[in-house]
Amino acid sequence: MNLRLNWKLCTILLILPCSFLIAFTHYPAVQALLNSFWNNASSRRPSKFIGLKNYEALIQDDKLIQVLLNSAFYAIGTIPIAIILAIVMALLVNSRLPATALMRLSFFMPTMLPMVAVANIWLFFYAPGIGLTSQILSIFGIPPINFLGDTDISLISMMIVAIWKEAGLFMIFYLAALQSVPQHLKDAAKLEGAGSVRIIFDIILPLLKPTTIFVAVNALINAFRMIDHIIVMTRGGPNNSSALLLYYIFDVTFGHRDFAYGATLTVLMVLILGVMATVQFWFLDRKAHYQ
Amino acid sequence: MKNSLNRIFLTTIAFVLAIVWGLPFLYSIWTAFHPEEYSASFVWDAPLTLNNFTEAWNAAPFLVYFINTLILIITILVANFILCTVVAYAFVRYKFRWAGFLFGFVMVQLLISPEILIVENYLTLSSIGMTDTIVGIALPYLTSAFGIFLLRQTFKTVPKSLDEAAQMEGANAWEVLWTVYVPLAKPIYLAYGLVSISFHWNNFLWPLIVTNSPEVRPLTVGLSIFATVESGIEWSLVNAATLMTTAPLILVFLIFQKQFISNFMRAGIK
Repeated sequence: MNLRLNWKLCTILLILPCSFLIAFTHYPAVQALLNSFWNNASSRRPSKFIGLKNYEALIQDDKLIQVLLNSAFYAIGTIPIAIILAIVMALLVNSRLPATALMRLSFFMPTMLPMVAVANIWLFFYAPGIGLTSQILSIFGIPPINFLGDTDISLISMMIVAIWKEAGLFMIFYLAALQSVPQHLKDAAKLEGAGSVRIIFDIILPLLKPTTIFVAVNALINAFRMIDHIIVMTRGGPNNSSALLLYYIFDVTFGHRDFAYGATLTVLMVLILGVMATVQFWFLDRKAHYQ
Repeated sequence: MKNSLNRIFLTTIAFVLAIVWGLPFLYSIWTAFHPEEYSASFVWDAPLTLNNFTEAWNAAPFLVYFINTLILIITILVANFILCTVVAYAFVRYKFRWAGFLFGFVMVQLLISPEILIVENYLTLSSIGMTDTIVGIALPYLTSAFGIFLLRQTFKTVPKSLDEAAQMEGANAWEVLWTVYVPLAKPIYLAYGLVSISFHWNNFLWPLIVTNSPEVRPLTVGLSIFATVESGIEWSLVNAATLMTTAPLILVFLIFQKQFISNFMRAGIK
């Protein structure tokens, strides 16, 4: 179709709607970069240009290093486990076992809940002494674990919550992919004498690759932007052990009112996401998920 | 013989996984429907009660929170449907310079979402005096790259002959959109609407930053404040409030479960 766009239509169809998007996506990203070269205004003096001072502070920020390590560990730990669990769940739900509808409900329910609600549920589930985890552990004679108060465990506790919430969503994507695996492929493999395990590994899993790419990219973005459970459950503590990058931005900006450093950290965040997107663009087959 | 053993083995794994997965939620239900003293002890004949729900409901302005969340969701949903539709329509139906670049430019929002940009968006909002308002919460989400992407994918599948036939009959751009494109995308609107509702019902960080007063707080923020301030250790109340605030969403999902899964998958990944 070779319809041309006149100015009137262009304004209504594109310029107006996109201006909302630009005002809260592109403009703030650019503004963060500009503000990162200025210091904070106070009641006595306006903010002033300080060049790269904020970035010097950023390089010397020990807390930031820990936060970045936490974020990396969090992403590397949650994404593969959630994906493997999601594939297992999808295979089970898609099988001819009894009660698959109930299973699907159980796996998918956490995805429906707001992360704040999930955090409340797990706060109680984790509670030392009275929580269900402690009670189950005590059956096996294991002393209660301080899931949220121990610097070695708090981040892992957060990761478990994230996996619990997200695996069910990923399962839905895999379920859709599994249902599109052609039956004749499976039949042919069976005729050739392949067992179910070989069918799964040699036929089904390779066909799930585009879904895995799609899911992994989404999971990676989510790992950087979902911090509700950390705000509700640990506030990044104890001693920063469960703080992620976005939580740190939130804490610096709205806890300590340091908007200039918050902007500098935002630039770092956008850069990290940008690099991840570029890597994904180069190494993965684009056609696989975004036509 | 080997097959039936396999089946028993698999069934066991499946059941254990499903039960373990369901435990935190089931535990929350148990606590919410039993008196406080039974919240950590499981006696099969523990008395059931709805007191926790009424007590929680009266302890915080949950009705106001519910109404705020509804206003927020409706505002965003209506804006999304209108704005994403026209942008997707422009990209599919019209030829213009920089179209490819502009589409990529819009899709940046998929990666750098408003949650990441809380610092500057808060400054923007306070400079126009919109903090602590429901419209302020909604503003960054009015146009959604995800919605544009989904609708563009769908509009692309509309046969050109239908569009041309409508033009022959003298339909203008708006009539073509309304009579040809929108009706064919109905399932996608339903699926996208459900995703959008669930996202904004659950959204927490941005509303937390923007709101200060109970009159504009959505449910998630209200719930988190209730859970930290009101009840030191009254777990049964916290759990009742948690279930109460999520129940409508779960109901909506259970009703639309089938459409949601099938439609969304058809549109999302092919």
